Amino acid sequence: MATETTGAVSSCVDSYGSAIGMPQLCFEWFPNQIFWLVLTLVVIFLVLSRIALPRIASVLAERQGTITNDIAAAENLKAKALEAEDAYNKALADARAEAQNIVASAKAEIQADLNVAIAKADSEIAAKTSESEAAIAEIRAGALASVEEVAKDTAAELVSALGGKASAKDVGAAVAARLKG
Amino acid sequence: MEGDLAHIGAGLAAIGSGAAAIGVGNVAGNFLAGALRNPSAAASQTATLFIGIAFAEALGIFAFLVALLLMFAV
Amino acid sequence: MADKAAEGSSLVFHPMDQFIIKPLFGDGPIGMFTVTNMTLWLGLAVLCIFGLMVLGTSRRAVIPSRAQSIAEMAYGFVYKMVEDVTGKDGLKYFPYIFTLFIFILFSNFLALIPMSFSPTSHIAVTAILGFGVFFVVTAIGFIKNGVGFLGLFWVSSAPLALRPVLALIEIISYFVRPVSHSIRLAGNVMAGHAVLKVFAGFAALTAVAPLSILGVVAIYGLEVLVSAIQAYVFTILTCVYLKDALHPSH
Repeated sequence: MATETTGAVSSCVDSYGSAIGMPQLCFEWFPNQIFWLVLTLVVIFLVLSRIALPRIASVLAERQGTITNDIAAAENLKAKALEAEDAYNKALADARAEAQNIVASAKAEIQADLNVAIAKADSEIAAKTSESEAAIAEIRAGALASVEEVAKDTAAELVSALGGKASAKDVGAAVAARLKG
Repeated sequence: MEGDLAHIGAGLAAIGSGAAAIGVGNVAGNFLAGALRNPSAAASQTATLFIGIAFAEALGIFAFLVALLLMFAV
Repeated sequence: MADKAAEGSSLVFHPMDQFIIKPLFGDGPIGMFTVTNMTLWLGLAVLCIFGLMVLGTSRRAVIPSRAQSIAEMAYGFVYKMVEDVTGKDGLKYFPYIFTLFIFILFSNFLALIPMSFSPTSHIAVTAILGFGVFFVVTAIGFIKNGVGFLGLFWVSSAPLALRPVLALIEIISYFVRPVSHSIRLAGNVMAGHAVLKVFAGFAALTAVAPLSILGVVAIYGLEVLVSAIQAYVFTILTCVYLKDALHPSH
């Protein structure tokens, strides 16, 4: 039972290296523990408060700023995109309207040409028609006059053949009356 | 003889750990019951849950400490 | 105790031996400045914290690397906790609280490495932390609120006849705070490690060895959880005490 004299360096540890009682309650270790603990805490505190925490705070702030900026930029770009889309739509509408105008004017021109051509054709046709009608009327008049002449001659021949004696004047009146009737 | 009594005392003190287990179970169970009724409020109360568990647990730890003291320090 | 060690049987438990403080170099007595195994593990904790919080964030990247995002998560976690519990005016004390949190977290986690030493299992360590918080918070309370800080103990919403009794209870509970604050942490860590050691001791018996190894694994998992939760609880209780000091009205 050699405890304190040989191997043991402390009243809290026996010569076999086992704890006597609770090591937590060994008061002769307290100054050592407290010294190293306080040293540790001071070192950690200095490291954290001088270097680590401000750095992390700045990184977080920077990230927040970056995110805010990015969101703003994205909104800006979105607005620009909307603007561009509007402009595009407007250009499209303009182009469409212009195209319609061109189509309409072309149509009107063609229509006008067509009208002129039709009018010309119509007048030509009308001229030809009236010419033809005049020719027909001439022919008809010619025909009527020949008929009258033939009828007069025939009537005079008939009257003379029948033994009558008719003046050319009477025969002509009678034929004219007959032709009229 | 004294050592034997101390061991018995340590065993009795260890009952306190079981009592602390009941306490912790009570806290956690009630939290769960409340959280299932109103899940949206559960997240804001986890800190309270841990504080409650810590308090209940601490008393069991004190009982354990008494047991340790009886075992090793008396 | 010597007879215990001399038993030579297969079942020898020394669950408390892992908490012994030894000098790292030589064999002498432990004076105040002796470099011990506790110094080693405290130093490792400092190195790990330095590695995570300083080297990990050294690139100051807007898109963080893994280490940097862990550091930022720890920062945001504690920052939000302080802000939520103590309010905006507590943010002034954020570096102190963050120091406590990260130190306890890293000590707890490093203590989970097998054969390591756990500084936070020592009452001397946690008592310094707990009583330090207690004294600082009480000082802040008196500096910020003057005598009005005593209003913390005078429950004005209670009936007048009850107030002295309540004041007594409040005062007792106020002074018990640092004790429970420190013993909670030390007790949890110590208990977990002692239980691990006891379970590991049972592995010497062939019949129960599989069960004991399973138990060690399970308890180890629990200890990982406890390590984080105790760091969290210590920090949030510090915040709660700080809130009481800043806003003592009940």
